[in-house]
Amino acid sequence: MIAVHGSVLAQEIEIESPNIAYSAIYPILIVFGVALVGVLVEAFAPRPRRYVVQTVLAAAGLGLAFVGTVLVAGDLPETQNGLARGGIEAEGALAVDGPTLFIWGAILLLSFFSVLLFAERRLESGVTAFAGQAAALPGTEAEREASTRGLEHTEVFPLMLFAVGGMMLFPASNDLLTMFVALEVLSFPLYLLCGLARRRRLLSQEAAVKYFLLGAFASGFFLYGIALVYGYAGTVTLAGIDGAITNRVGGDGLLLAGIGLMAVGLLFKIGAAPFHAWTPDVYQGAPTAVTGFMAACTKVAAFGALLRVFYVAFGGAQWNWMPMMWIVAALTMGVGCVLTLTQTDVKRMLAYSSIAHAGFLLTGFVGVQAATRDSDDMTSLVAVMFYLLAYGFTTLGAFAVVTVVRDSSGEATHLSRWAGLGKQSPVLAGVFALFMLAFLGLPATSGFMAKWAVFTSAWAGDAQLLVIIAVLASVITAFVYIRVIVLMFFADPVGEGPTVAMPSVLTVVTIAAGVVVTVALGVAPQPVLDLAHQAGEFVR
Amino acid sequence: MSTEPFLVLSALLFTIGAFGVLIRRNAIVVFMCVELMLNAANLAFVTFARHHGNLDGQIAAFFVMVVAAAEVVVGLAIIVTIFRTRRSASVDDASLLKY
Repeated sequence: MIAVHGSVLAQEIEIESPNIAYSAIYPILIVFGVALVGVLVEAFAPRPRRYVVQTVLAAAGLGLAFVGTVLVAGDLPETQNGLARGGIEAEGALAVDGPTLFIWGAILLLSFFSVLLFAERRLESGVTAFAGQAAALPGTEAEREASTRGLEHTEVFPLMLFAVGGMMLFPASNDLLTMFVALEVLSFPLYLLCGLARRRRLLSQEAAVKYFLLGAFASGFFLYGIALVYGYAGTVTLAGIDGAITNRVGGDGLLLAGIGLMAVGLLFKIGAAPFHAWTPDVYQGAPTAVTGFMAACTKVAAFGALLRVFYVAFGGAQWNWMPMMWIVAALTMGVGCVLTLTQTDVKRMLAYSSIAHAGFLLTGFVGVQAATRDSDDMTSLVAVMFYLLAYGFTTLGAFAVVTVVRDSSGEATHLSRWAGLGKQSPVLAGVFALFMLAFLGLPATSGFMAKWAVFTSAWAGDAQLLVIIAVLASVITAFVYIRVIVLMFFADPVGEGPTVAMPSVLTVVTIAAGVVVTVALGVAPQPVLDLAHQAGEFVR
Repeated sequence: MSTEPFLVLSALLFTIGAFGVLIRRNAIVVFMCVELMLNAANLAFVTFARHHGNLDGQIAAFFVMVVAAAEVVVGLAIIVTIFRTRRSASVDDASLLKY
């Protein structure tokens, strides 16, 4: 070993310039590029202009990256006997294939609408919902001054774009090192964004600390898992690890410990039990626009990465990790749906609901149903990707509704304040009821099609028991969602009742997008299912 | 040279770090324990690089160092903010969000 090692160092190493196919990865570069331009805008543009410049820049950048993603998807070469489309780019660091591009498209669409939520100014009478000056302590003269001067942090837009870039990198990474860096690039801006609420700043800062400490803890596990898997396989590329597992190089203890530790990191990001404890606190404390963005986009990115690592790299060791994932999926659904029942805060309720949905998604993930040539079966990949898109739009819309229901102290998130909302604003209550029904999985909403897709693939993949648990969990959560609807339409308002603030067109468009996608994917899901199907398998 | 002692040391450091995160109260100390976990991973990376005779692990260690440095920036910003607000860096004091 030492001799080999010595000779590597002794050789004169010729460094070739890396061959990077910019034509395949430019959507990511656009997002990071626009984020960097945003930082320069912060440094050089005069304060009054920053808001408009940053908003337009962020929205345009994400739109452009989405167009780029569509164009890249247009000319993907077929590989692996037509089972997959795409290729490994950037010297093996990125896998630009059908699933990657589908996930990129979903993330970019969802984050585009999140930018609109971020930019909402009418609800706080002329300023964004982010702290005027994060460094000014709550309740001090400095804070009041920042507020009277109408200061606002427009840094949130570049921060969000960096997070989006990380989210795109995460499911596309073809080696574990890139994946770790992507995980951190997506997490760091989110930690900061969580602590930047304009109102209830103590809650917001507490959410940031909790998210940061627990997130860093989880990524420590993820990293040590990578180190152990590297020790087992001698490489960090996904294909190399798959090769080592297939050839049974020995040292299974290292591999199993590595898989377990990496799973901790990934399941944390997804919000699966028993690593879910951060979710309700952070979702409640963070500014609602950020919560919506996190709930929709982080889940998409983290599931994309989970699928890639476990299907591509650890596919050969399926029988080792499957039991663990079974237990995690069942536990997540149980914890999610039981604790949803007890919540009295809308944001916390949506957080526990997102945990339950992570469980349903894991059900689809566990019932591994791989694609075969010339078959139209529902594969796990198609089912999970469809679910992510459907759930993302519904949850983003739901959080957008939460920003609009307000009282004198800001958002009225306590559920009792929502009583009688249907009399105050039938349209808004109706929209929220639609989202609740979609979470519940009522037919003709996207939630039904998504659950149907996930359960079919899991059933075909021999996870019948989990499907039964999932159906039971859906029935239990139905109680919560129906209770909210009853509360909004049939209960009398407490005190003065909630007020529905009239938002600007930005929030209206976001809510409308949520409604349109929720209904469209419920009534006519076929085009999107076809799109997910055409994406094919992961390239190896 | 056997690489095993280094792996044992790395596992020990990782365990100390993980336990520290769980039992310490001060946010800064908790954060230092997380850094200890990352450094334990670095040691494992470098040891395995030696064991396998390739450089992937050593490169990984460099990347981890950069990520850890960025993490310090973000983490200290958040911890200092909450310390200034609450006059306390104890993770037990920040407990408005629960149930």
